Amino acid sequence: MKVGFYPGCSLEGSSKEYSQSLYAVAEKCGVTLEEIKDWSCCGASAAHSLNHDLSIALPARNLALAEKQEMTEIVIPCAACYSRLASSQKTLLEDQSVLKKTQGFIDIKFDGNVRLLTVFEFLQKYIFPVSDQFIVNKLNQKTACYYGCLLARPKELTKLDRPENPMEMESVLEKAGATSIEWAFKTECCGAGFSMSRTDLVAKLSGRILEDAAERGAESIIVACPMCQSNLDLRRPEIKKQLKKDINIPVLFITQALGLSMGIPAKELGLDKHFVPTGKAVSCIVKKEA
Amino acid sequence: MHESTTIKQNNNLKSQLEEKVGVIPSHCYQCGKCTAGCPLNEDMDIKPSQVLRMLQAEQPGYEDKLLSSLSIWLCLACDTCYSRCPQEVKLSQVMDFLRQESVRQNKVNPKAKDILCFHKAFLETIEKNGKLNEVWLTLNYKLKTLNLIQDIQKAPSMFLKGKLNPIPNRVQNVREIEQIFKRISDNEGGEK
Amino acid sequence: MARIGVFICHCGENISATVDVARVAEEASKMPGVAYAMDYKYMCSDPGQTKIIEAIKEYKLTGIVVGACSPRMHEATFRKAAEKGGINPFLCEIANLREHISWVHPRSEATTKKAIDIVRTIVNKVRQDTPLFPIKVPVTKTALVIGGGIAGIQAALDIANAGHQVIMVEKSPSIGGHMSQLSETFPTLDCSQCILTPRMVEVAQHPNITLHTFAEVESVSGFVGNFDVKVRLKARSVDLSICTGCGACWQKCPSKKIPDEFNAGLSFRTAIYSPFPQAVPNKPVIDRAICTWFQKQKCGHCKKVCPVGAINYDTEDEFIDLKIGAIVTATGFDIKHTDFFPEYGYGEFKDVIDGLQFERLASASGPTNGEIRRPSDGQIPEKIVFLACSGSRDKAKGIEYCSKICCMYTAKHAMLYKHKHHQGNAYIFYMDIRSSGKNYDEFVRRAVEEDDVRYIRGRVSRIYEKNGKLIVKGVDTLMNSEPVEIEADMVVLATAVVANPDAESVAQKMHISYDKHHFFAEAHPKLKPVETNTAGIMLAGACQSAKDIPDAVSQASAAASKIIGLFSTDVMTREPVVAVVNRSMPPMFTTCTGCLLCMEVCPYHAIEREEIKDRTGNVLKIAAKVNAGLCQGCGTCVAFCRNKSIDLQGYTNLQMLSEVMALLNKPF
Repeated sequence: MKVGFYPGCSLEGSSKEYSQSLYAVAEKCGVTLEEIKDWSCCGASAAHSLNHDLSIALPARNLALAEKQEMTEIVIPCAACYSRLASSQKTLLEDQSVLKKTQGFIDIKFDGNVRLLTVFEFLQKYIFPVSDQFIVNKLNQKTACYYGCLLARPKELTKLDRPENPMEMESVLEKAGATSIEWAFKTECCGAGFSMSRTDLVAKLSGRILEDAAERGAESIIVACPMCQSNLDLRRPEIKKQLKKDINIPVLFITQALGLSMGIPAKELGLDKHFVPTGKAVSCIVKKEA
Repeated sequence: MHESTTIKQNNNLKSQLEEKVGVIPSHCYQCGKCTAGCPLNEDMDIKPSQVLRMLQAEQPGYEDKLLSSLSIWLCLACDTCYSRCPQEVKLSQVMDFLRQESVRQNKVNPKAKDILCFHKAFLETIEKNGKLNEVWLTLNYKLKTLNLIQDIQKAPSMFLKGKLNPIPNRVQNVREIEQIFKRISDNEGGEK
Repeated sequence: MARIGVFICHCGENISATVDVARVAEEASKMPGVAYAMDYKYMCSDPGQTKIIEAIKEYKLTGIVVGACSPRMHEATFRKAAEKGGINPFLCEIANLREHISWVHPRSEATTKKAIDIVRTIVNKVRQDTPLFPIKVPVTKTALVIGGGIAGIQAALDIANAGHQVIMVEKSPSIGGHMSQLSETFPTLDCSQCILTPRMVEVAQHPNITLHTFAEVESVSGFVGNFDVKVRLKARSVDLSICTGCGACWQKCPSKKIPDEFNAGLSFRTAIYSPFPQAVPNKPVIDRAICTWFQKQKCGHCKKVCPVGAINYDTEDEFIDLKIGAIVTATGFDIKHTDFFPEYGYGEFKDVIDGLQFERLASASGPTNGEIRRPSDGQIPEKIVFLACSGSRDKAKGIEYCSKICCMYTAKHAMLYKHKHHQGNAYIFYMDIRSSGKNYDEFVRRAVEEDDVRYIRGRVSRIYEKNGKLIVKGVDTLMNSEPVEIEADMVVLATAVVANPDAESVAQKMHISYDKHHFFAEAHPKLKPVETNTAGIMLAGACQSAKDIPDAVSQASAAASKIIGLFSTDVMTREPVVAVVNRSMPPMFTTCTGCLLCMEVCPYHAIEREEIKDRTGNVLKIAAKVNAGLCQGCGTCVAFCRNKSIDLQGYTNLQMLSEVMALLNKPF
């Protein structure tokens, strides 16, 4: 089974463990991830903030590359990259004049035939049909599934069943033997790209999220977006200062949680790369009964 | 859709928004739901629903206020507003448009300097490397903002965890990326 | 030999200022078939009409053409004059010289020439006209009222009091509708049931009204004055003639966990039940979908305890056929429920309720005996937040319209809460206040000024639960769009008024039009608010559009008056501008081939399949037949007929052709 793969800049750098754990889970289930050759940045927030044409052209290059490399489907685990690529594809398919203009900017032909998969769709389609046999552990902890913004909105791109209270991540965690809590900040913004430029706002917004999860008894927070992970993990000291509270709940990627339930060693899943120690989450794990 | 009977007064922000972005300010009936749900509503100087009202009202001085506001830079593009708006107004696109106009007219709010510098540093890194390199970005950002010591204590642990690659991972055909930037920039020059 | 009279009206100066009327009359007198022509200042006046009548007699005219204003204005006037003069009124036609000529062209030679052309065209038509006679249709003086809410009740009583028979069909076990669920009504705060139940009893006891509850209309066919209606009387399993309503059965029923529809899901009922204590008739039905006897063949307690043996499990649905003259559709409305709102909890927060649920809480006969209590823990809320416009005026949610009643009932709800719990805090998030009825705005001001209800202008973005409270995130747009967060104990959503889920199938059964929201369509939004496009079927109440009780009652009485008017004669006359399938002598009988394409395309279902038989009953030919009572004279069938076997009286193919030839100035 081969699927196209667009990692995005975060998965190569500061959120390497997302990519690591995704590869580990895929390999276990016999799925080969084919990285788009010579992919480039999607433009993230900077492009759409400063330059509209650029915000469509940069993703378009990658979509065109995928087509050229004869990929029919690509999985985009980074929520922000997914949003940019999907949004660009939609605009290009709906507006002929924008398509013409953008084709003039990028050299590679764009036809819009690649199907874009969120990480949930990828798991649903390629991993779950075969994963049951590999799940040997139960995570055995209370998890708060945190979607953030771009996995839930805008609803015409994200295709979630219930955008205000989604359950897609929860059903993955259920497979992994964790109990997901009901909480109120599932789709609230973490502070997005302000990690460096307005760290105070990240601390405020991520602080609210962390606080609610902690108050409702979460033992770990599960995410599927590198920015959210970074804001909740790397920026924990700033959050603690803002809240004047010590909250030590670790933040794991969904693929790491799934990987742990499949018995993949923590190091292989990049769990040593976090800033908030993940040891407690790992130690909760028990073997699944036959 | 029947032909619009509105008189296009001039090339003001409202008409540009309608023509270039496709958002019609008159659709907003000022219910305030966007402001109510915005995660940064406490920090914004002009609240989201007020941004729309100022565009609708077309009073002298409002355009300047909008372009020099902090709000347009604080907007996180989280789309909470758009997802709940009863009239389906794409407020995040309005914010993007106002940001770009603000830069073009040189009216950026001084308090937004850091945010703008970050975006600029980000784009410059992409233009040169095709992909983001955190070290480059951070250095570029620090040079622009002179926030030299911010986050310096995080650097060692990030490096040890393998999250900082001082040698950038460049795109092989980085020329293509440079070309995209250049062509867009030339095109804008032509449009003006 | 045609002897046509042409009368050209000056219409004061309306026509004569632009058209040379004297010349038109002169040219008309030379046209083939014209025996007399004149012009006059005001043809529609008494002297003008007298001139026409006298001319008909003096010149022995066989038809007349009046060149005047639009036929919509005075065709009827001139036709009456023609009749008085002794000729068939349908041999009088109007040439529109005003709206089609003098009002749209400047004074010129071309304008006068056009007037002459038009007159010549109509003269040609009249030469082809044949006398037509109004169609008489018998009227069955029995009305059917579908729906037993306040609108249906009012209409039924009005028609019955006028001396006509009324049959009322209501699909739930009791009449009363949503009004019976209300606690108090605005603006007087009258107890709703106290003003409603006397009417309900009146309906049940009225000698002219036959009431069928737990019944639904199965099919409607026929036409105005002559409808055939089939009604399904659903199996109650309880014999109404024996049952005394003592209640022994529902007290003993072991199935006690069925969500109670009357209490809007806030409490439970049993499988054998009467919906509420003041139900009319106050006799129970068995909900066979849940009853253990019908599902598992166990139990049977109710039958054992019934002291008079009124329960019979073996009854089946019964069908009755009714002959009806006119129908009032008063099927009412529904509201959206809390699960419609993702941002307010997908209906999963127990203490977020809708307006009808609040009514049941406030009602003395409700699940909490009239005390406002939280459904989650039964505590009395200290802070209630009311959200107006929940779902209404919301294009994103597919409901762009305003539901009309919510501003008023939200003010009422807040007031009732404050009256019952003085120290409570009531907040209302609103967009506008629509309180335009009599004493309505004063009512809202009373809520603000006397009962300390706090109004905040802004919509709420989301609600979430925390520690047993509901966190409401709103905004105050009148205070610089300041965000407002309230920790509430209960939230009441004033949800949108919508059509009943089965409204579409009801409309299709009745052959009446409905809009994209499934509200039934009135014949004209301004001037015909209670009729539909289907003759003989009227609308009353919220099934047409969201409305409050005074408007529903007014509309019901208006619908009743239309029907009483219809029933005021034994026989109805209709304009004879109807389609007719040609008939001739045997063995041809008709040129119609029986393809019945006309039947498929007729928008009024006015065409039937006719079997032409010989004396022994053998079918010789199938042909189409037009029901003159239903036909509206649109001419669609004429356009579709492949061999021109069907024609429109008053606008026949030949008449139309003669007009065209006259315009082309060719002989005909």
